[in-house]
Amino acid sequence: MRDDTPRQNASLKGYTEAMRDALAEEMRRDASVITLGEGIGPRGGNWGETAGLYDEFGPERVMDMPISELGFTGMGVGAALRGLRPVVNLMFVDFFGEAFSQIVNQAAKWHYLSGGQASVPVVFWGVMGAGSAAGGHHSGCLYPLFMHIAGLKVAVPATPADGKGLLKTAIRDDNPVVFLAHRMLWDLRGPVPEGELIIPFGKARIVRDGTDVTVVAIARMVHEAEQAADALAEQGISVEVLDPRTLVPLDVEAILASVEKTGRLVIVDEAYSRCSAAAEISALVAQEGFEWLRAPIRRVETLPVPHPVSPPLEAEMLPNAGKVVDAVHKAMQDDCGRRTQEGATHE
Amino acid sequence: MDSGKRLLLDLYRRMLLIRRFEEQVRKMARRKVLAGFPHTYVGEEAVAAGVCAHLKETDAVFSTHRGHGHALAMGCDPQRLMAELLGRATGYCGGRGGSMHVTAVDKGLIGCSGIVAASMPLATGAGLRARLKRDGTVAVAFFGDGASNHGAFHESLNLAGNLALPVLFVCENNQFATHTSFASVTANPDVASRAASYSMPGVALDGNDVWAVHQAAEEAVSRARAGGGPTLLECHTYRTVGHQEHGPVYGEYRTKEEVEAWKKRCPIRRLRERLLAEEPALAELLERVEHQVAQAVAEAAELAERSPYPEPMVSEEQAYAG
Repeated sequence: MRDDTPRQNASLKGYTEAMRDALAEEMRRDASVITLGEGIGPRGGNWGETAGLYDEFGPERVMDMPISELGFTGMGVGAALRGLRPVVNLMFVDFFGEAFSQIVNQAAKWHYLSGGQASVPVVFWGVMGAGSAAGGHHSGCLYPLFMHIAGLKVAVPATPADGKGLLKTAIRDDNPVVFLAHRMLWDLRGPVPEGELIIPFGKARIVRDGTDVTVVAIARMVHEAEQAADALAEQGISVEVLDPRTLVPLDVEAILASVEKTGRLVIVDEAYSRCSAAAEISALVAQEGFEWLRAPIRRVETLPVPHPVSPPLEAEMLPNAGKVVDAVHKAMQDDCGRRTQEGATHE
Repeated sequence: MDSGKRLLLDLYRRMLLIRRFEEQVRKMARRKVLAGFPHTYVGEEAVAAGVCAHLKETDAVFSTHRGHGHALAMGCDPQRLMAELLGRATGYCGGRGGSMHVTAVDKGLIGCSGIVAASMPLATGAGLRARLKRDGTVAVAFFGDGASNHGAFHESLNLAGNLALPVLFVCENNQFATHTSFASVTANPDVASRAASYSMPGVALDGNDVWAVHQAAEEAVSRARAGGGPTLLECHTYRTVGHQEHGPVYGEYRTKEEVEAWKKRCPIRRLRERLLAEEPALAELLERVEHQVAQAVAEAAELAERSPYPEPMVSEEQAYAG
């Protein structure tokens, strides 16, 4: 895997390290930022995501929690309603289910239902993703569940720089943010610009420019898409790879602009295929970009089966670079007989 | 008049305001002018009045689908509250919250929730903030007997007890979770006794004795403010109305005789009898209070009914702050 973030005035950092830096910087900057979760105190978090924070900020701001996800998530929401800015570390996105009611019924709705009297500046941080044979309860990419809920925002960084910049934005946002890091990227190293790094929500990153097909990819799939794009380049197919970085808000304009240029769209999404982010993006592009599409939109997703442990089974169900190459081939072969903007049909 | 008597009169007025307001709500529900589903507090007034007498607007109250009593006891304007129940623009939440989701942050009512037991983790969070800021404020979670069987009860009490947070957990045990008898589905129906499992005092009270509630709440609130940690109060009470309007007051789940017996133990009537027994000359003052409260409620209802609905403008931006 590689990270193509521009390297001027940047130093190489690990993905988890960069997010830890973001949290440390925000906690130094604003005394109302606290973090709580299981094992995030002296232990420094399951992946080192809070390493050093307990020593620097102490037990009142870096709090070890009992296995009470519903209780401590609701505690985070209540503290946020009163002006603190908690980062609630739920460890695995699969555990968000234990706290689901406080996230979707309370955090997400309070601002609107109160007529704007209250806001809930809380971050729900978790790790998602398969690829390490962790099995059915530790492998999910459950962001579609949270994209669906009005009032939440959803961030899915694919690089160290994005991990840092998006987490800072998430903490400073006055809304509840579901922030999902990918477990297979935990030690990915990439350039992180020096100084203050704030990446706005709703702004996609063009990972590489291309002209024949747009590939929108999410989190670890960005790296699979890159591998596929390398292989396709050797075959003379120019792939534009786009990383939305946040799913709510979603940079629909960037996706549409790319599809207007290429006419073909493949979406790579590690969530289960049914009602995935790819499903939402497909519907949006089909509605708003229909005139530019030369081929049906294709999705490369996880088969809707609980994640098995056995590695060949797990590998079979997940999207990968090879499947992306196949999907691009199909997209290139399809032809709706459409006229291009210049008036000629595509060969 | 001595301060004790004044205090009792204040409690009387608070309870009466809640009672008359809720009776008005019931009337309006029958006329179908209310939006949504009101769950009224008739019979339980002593709990809200007794506890909220010790709270300020800087404290944080989290309530339930049965929250009008807490809203009024925290000083909410009856007219704005009624407007909210009618879905009008002048309501506290611009009509968006309605009966079950009233929020009045300026009054210390951080919010009511339609999800049973949600108030407890939220109040625990407010307590966390109070402890971090060391500002002497307290958080209060009102919840019912049914909620005491929810996982959130156990998780919240454990967190609050372990962290010694300034939280009052006030269980309004009216003996029924919707229409299910609490005792019939609970291994240990002594809610107050559970407090010991979570390292905090647990106090069981006659929830229809406003003075008993007041005294117990006073001790719990001052302990919390002074950094002494949380308390669980179990207030035994009874709603002499249905779970919600358009629901059965009695029937399969309880008898008419039981309801009538509890009406005789009405907290307002009991305080009235106590006041008159101690000082018969108060009768005239109590009449005046009755009249003032009736007038305030009638005005509130009339103004609320004449208030405009919000503009029918709904956009995704409204769901997000900033």
